[in-house]
Amino acid sequence: MAEITLKNVGKTYAGGVTAVSEVNLEIRDGEFIVLVGPSGCGKSTLLRMVAGLEEISTGEVAIGARVVNKIEPSERDIAMVFQNYALYPHMTVRENMAYGLKNRKTPKGEIEARVAEAARMLELNAYLDRKPRALSGGQRQRVAMGRAIVRQPEAFLFDEPLSNLDAKLRVSMRGEIRKLQRRLGTTALYVTHDQLEAMTLADRLVVLNGGRVEQVGTPLEVYHRPATTFVAAFIGSPAMNLLDAHVVGGRVILEGHDMGPAQAPDGPVTLGIRAEELQSAPRGLPVKLDYVEELGASRILHVAAGGQYLAFVQSPEIAIPEQIYLTVRPQALHLFDTATGARIGQVPAPVAEPVP
Amino acid sequence: MTHSPSSISRPLPVPPPLSARARLAKWWRGEATAPAKRVQFDRPLTPWVFLLPQLAVVVIFFYWPSVQAVTSSFYLEDPFGFSATFVGLDNYTDALSSGEYLSTATFTAGFALVVTALSLGLGLLLAVKADKVIRGASIYKTVLISVYAIAPPVAALIGMMLFDMHIGPFTQLAGLFGYDLKVGVNYWDTAFAMTLIAVWKQIPYNFIFFLSGLQSVPVSVREAALIDARTGWARFKDVILPLLAPTAFFLLIINITYALFDTFAIIDVIVKDKPANNPMTLVYKIYLDGFKGNDIGGSSAQSVILMVIVAALTVVQFRFLERRVHYG
Repeated sequence: MAEITLKNVGKTYAGGVTAVSEVNLEIRDGEFIVLVGPSGCGKSTLLRMVAGLEEISTGEVAIGARVVNKIEPSERDIAMVFQNYALYPHMTVRENMAYGLKNRKTPKGEIEARVAEAARMLELNAYLDRKPRALSGGQRQRVAMGRAIVRQPEAFLFDEPLSNLDAKLRVSMRGEIRKLQRRLGTTALYVTHDQLEAMTLADRLVVLNGGRVEQVGTPLEVYHRPATTFVAAFIGSPAMNLLDAHVVGGRVILEGHDMGPAQAPDGPVTLGIRAEELQSAPRGLPVKLDYVEELGASRILHVAAGGQYLAFVQSPEIAIPEQIYLTVRPQALHLFDTATGARIGQVPAPVAEPVP
Repeated sequence: MTHSPSSISRPLPVPPPLSARARLAKWWRGEATAPAKRVQFDRPLTPWVFLLPQLAVVVIFFYWPSVQAVTSSFYLEDPFGFSATFVGLDNYTDALSSGEYLSTATFTAGFALVVTALSLGLGLLLAVKADKVIRGASIYKTVLISVYAIAPPVAALIGMMLFDMHIGPFTQLAGLFGYDLKVGVNYWDTAFAMTLIAVWKQIPYNFIFFLSGLQSVPVSVREAALIDARTGWARFKDVILPLLAPTAFFLLIINITYALFDTFAIIDVIVKDKPANNPMTLVYKIYLDGFKGNDIGGSSAQSVILMVIVAALTVVQFRFLERRVHYG
């Protein structure tokens, strides 16, 4: 187990394409870090640079006290779980798990013990002598996990390990990965494009966009205090409403309506409001109903305020009023610079304590 | 093949795709499953019409000559083909008790072994190296593959020019080391040249298959091996090679066939205008005895023996070796 330090890490491909630039990150020992972002944001490239499968163009990657830029993947003491499992098709489950240890001259008895332990944890005992092709997707995923666990590495690297599974299995495997990592206390770096997976797994999230870090923080920090409009729109479902508004004399004005106080200089701003924070009230911002999405447990109403569209969540028990007026708590107003997309001011957003 | 006597069985002239081989192997083990889709024909004769061209080829070029060979192997025919006398197994006993036949058989076995081993080994080596080349890869591959476009007799002619006793650069090279290379006169010198040319001609074929086999190894599996195994050799031996096994098995059969039969043209070019006592394979001896020596009966007996040997070899390959092959 070890901390991982990334210092000004960048990747430029031979063709001159920059995939990742100036990433600085300090991962604490035993921490679960999730790299999240849309496709092509460089999250996999970053992970593969830590693994040693991709050369590091600039900067430094250190695992523990060791700078690993020039160290072979097999010597970095990391274990990786691949998106398509990457199991050795000609080896049995047992051989797949033991292979990495065998190459490290681990004593036979120890290998057997570790494989047995991993098989017990992952409930793979019945399948140890099967070949990967005789396993289901979920079982293959477990074998890939087992192959990483038996190594007892300094860090686990996960490259979208659940994206090939069906939705139901994904949720249960997500829970298992989290529990397993907590139990083993191994530092983990996890790549996903699924913001829900990111939110549920991470100790801290790293939101990437275009090869740059947009924000680093706990899931709740990122949710409640998004640093940029990109993070605001990417994290949370439905996505945060981002609206063109103005600040006039310390008040936010949206479509001619006063939404609440703002600690920002006068001028145009991007106003962010979470769909969950908007409430219909007897008076407030007048909106016209556009259409309704019924989700069972909740209902998303898409409405128009002037020329701008926004969504808000309502309990399905409440009838949809004829004329809708929306209000929002002052703490739930997020202001962003219209030009740079960066967060403005210190709106005191209550950050809930994460459940330990 | 066009030069060789028609009575020889060629094991497996099968096209390369893996599924076909896997299916053939299954069929061989008697596990052939019913086809996924059954096609219904209105008239019972229709399927036979579709099968006719293929059946005609097999019957005309394989079964009929085979039967001819077996029949004539029991007869002693006069050189002009006017009469034939039934001699029972005499042709067989003559062949098997002839020292010349046995030494040719020994040479053939050794030749097949060396040619197969060297051309497979070098083909694999070149493919592994070519697989790692990134810049200029296509030029490199084209250069290696282009040899395959040369016809065997032409390859042999080029080889004989290089080994020419008066002006051949290889002869001169050997001379620099004080060795008097006499290809076409000295038995082992000729054997050496023959092997070299045969291997050279076959390497590109193996190269193509090994290279495509290597490129079908999933990238992520290679990367997993990169993390799991410390040395390139361990990765190759434990991960890449087992995944190449189906390709290697296919090539093994093809290469043995090549060494036994398809080297005919090369041997013909090398030995036909040379003094006697040159090495040759069984196929070439069958041709010599039958068509140069006009001993049709003896030659037929030899080709039947060869047919039996090749059939036995094929059985061994499929029954014992193929079990160890993992089809992905």
